Order: sequence, then structure tokens, then C-alpha cells
Amino acid sequence: MTPVRHPRRRTEVLAGARDSLPMLLGAAPFGIIFGTLAGPSGLSPAGALAMSLCVFAGSSQFIALTLLASGAGLAVILLTTFVVNLRHALYSATLLPHVAGLKQRWRIPLAFWLTDETFAVVQHRYGAPDLSPHKHWYYLGSCLSMYANWFFWTLTGLMLGRSIPRLEHMGLEFAMAATFTGIVVPMLRNRPMLAAALGAAAVALAAHGLPYKLGLMLAALAGVVIGVVLEELS
Amino acid sequence: MTGREVALVAGMTAVTFLVRYGFFALGERVAFPPLARRALRYVPAAVLTAIVVPMVLLPDGAHWQLGWHNAWLLGALATGLIAWRFNHLLASIAGGMTVFFLCRWMIG
Repeated sequence: MTPVRHPRRRTEVLAGARDSLPMLLGAAPFGIIFGTLAGPSGLSPAGALAMSLCVFAGSSQFIALTLLASGAGLAVILLTTFVVNLRHALYSATLLPHVAGLKQRWRIPLAFWLTDETFAVVQHRYGAPDLSPHKHWYYLGSCLSMYANWFFWTLTGLMLGRSIPRLEHMGLEFAMAATFTGIVVPMLRNRPMLAAALGAAAVALAAHGLPYKLGLMLAALAGVVIGVVLEELS
Repeated sequence: MTGREVALVAGMTAVTFLVRYGFFALGERVAFPPLARRALRYVPAAVLTAIVVPMVLLPDGAHWQLGWHNAWLLGALATGLIAWRFNHLLASIAGGMTVFFLCRWMIG
């Protein structure tokens, strides 16, 4: 009987990075847009880099820029960050059975680097039938490539923003509206989801005059409640 | 970096990390209630729509602009149509931005 040969650690790291390649390319434009728009939104280059290195969550970084530009306060931005990133709790709950056997010195960095993209790639790897004990090295490979990639494209965007004067008058902020629209529209494939979005839009418009961007929180809450209730009824 | 930026980045870092690490920290001592799981699926659509719609319909932050002279509205409609038809994010962003800049150029 031949012993089962599992992929080595280095092989797993490289495979994780390789399988994340499409995601690396997909994240590039967003890193560039984030870096380019940081200045016009009122965030310093150091602040933008620190955000990409410490927060490492594209959608909430985008939203933070939008909120900064509109003059929102710290509490509103933090609350919105929490709500927008709540989906990561769902990811870590899903991955928990696979990492439960690891020490905290593994779990802490793997949690810090958990993004939508890495979740998608890693979940696929954990679902593979082989019993490799090194699948967390694959997870690490995906994380490291995504992290380096996000830093690189943020930096590129910052330099681009510096070299083009009067960028804030070019209407590039529309790139963010386009990004959000492009993400939301394909989600609206069923009635509860569509109703949740329409409800959120209506409340956001009705309440947009409220201070501290409270309208955003009310709208998100209304959308979620509408979606869940309609799902229950159907 | 100003003190306010340090607070912003530190706060966002703490919030994001706690959300990502919570379940990993607790191990298998917790179960995710099904209702919370269901509610979470509506969060991205609700939050993003609530951000985009006022940006597009009230581009200056105060006045409704529902006409054809609103480049934000036309650009967002183009983005939405391409996203709906082809389900390709970068293509819909590129298409929407093209329409947006064409409108701004024609309106002058």
C-alpha cells in the first residue's frame, strides 16, 4: 500500500495565489479608483494607504470615501462599516469548521485577511475531496496575494491622482455610483430582493435630509425588514 | 494623517476585524440563528441602493434632478441595464462611465 501524498505547504500557498488570479485582476480597478478618489474625498494619501493596509475591505473603504466627501461624522462611518461588513461574519461562520482545529496564531491573520474573494476561492478548496492537512496554507496564499495586490493598486491610484490636477472636477465620483449600481442590479433577481432595494431607496430619499446620515441606516433597516418579511410570506 | 483620520482608520480596522474574527475566536460554541442568516443576505442590496439612489437623483445633495440633463441618472441607468443584461461588473462600470462622460460633454 502506497502512502497518500498530500500537496506540500509551498504548493498549497502557490495554488491559493494562482486560483485568486482572476480576483486579483478584478480588484485592480477598484484599488485604482479608491486611490484616485481619496484626495478629492478629503482623505490624505497616508490615510488611504493606512486604510488599505489596516481595514482591507474594499466596499467599506469606498463607502467611507463617499461618506467623508458628504461630510458625515465618524460614528456614522463606523456604523456603516459595521453593517456593510456584517456579511464577513457569515463567511467566517461558514469557514469555522475548517479552521476550528487551528491555533489562534493562525486564526487571527486568516480572519483579518478574509474577503469576499478569498472566501469564494477557499471555500472551493475546502470542498475538494482530498484530505490534505495543509489547506490553510492555500487559504494563506489567497490572502497574501489579495493583500499585496490591494496595496499595490491603491498606491498606483494615489500616484495617478497626484499626477492629474483638478481631478475632483472631472466627475470621477461617478465611478463609485457605477460600481455600486453594477453590484446591486444583478442581485435583484427575485421579488423580496427587488422589494428590499426599492424600499431602501424610497426611505433613503425620504430621509436624506436627516442629520448624521441617519437616513442611510433607516433605509438599510427598512430594506432588510421588507426582504425578510416578503420571503416569509412567499 | 490628522488625528481624525487616525481615529477613522483605527475605528474601521477594529470594527472590520471584530466582525471577521468573531466566529473564529469563539470556535464552535456559537450557532448562527437562521433569521440572522436570512436577514444578512439583504444587507448588501439594501445598503448599496440606499447610497446610490440619492447620489443619482440628487447629484448636488439637495435638489431633485429627474430630467435628461442629469448625467448621473443616465450613467446609472446605462450601468444598470448592462449589469442586468450581461451580469458583468467591469463592463457595466465602463459602459456607465462612457454614457456619463458623453452626457456631461454634450450638456457642456
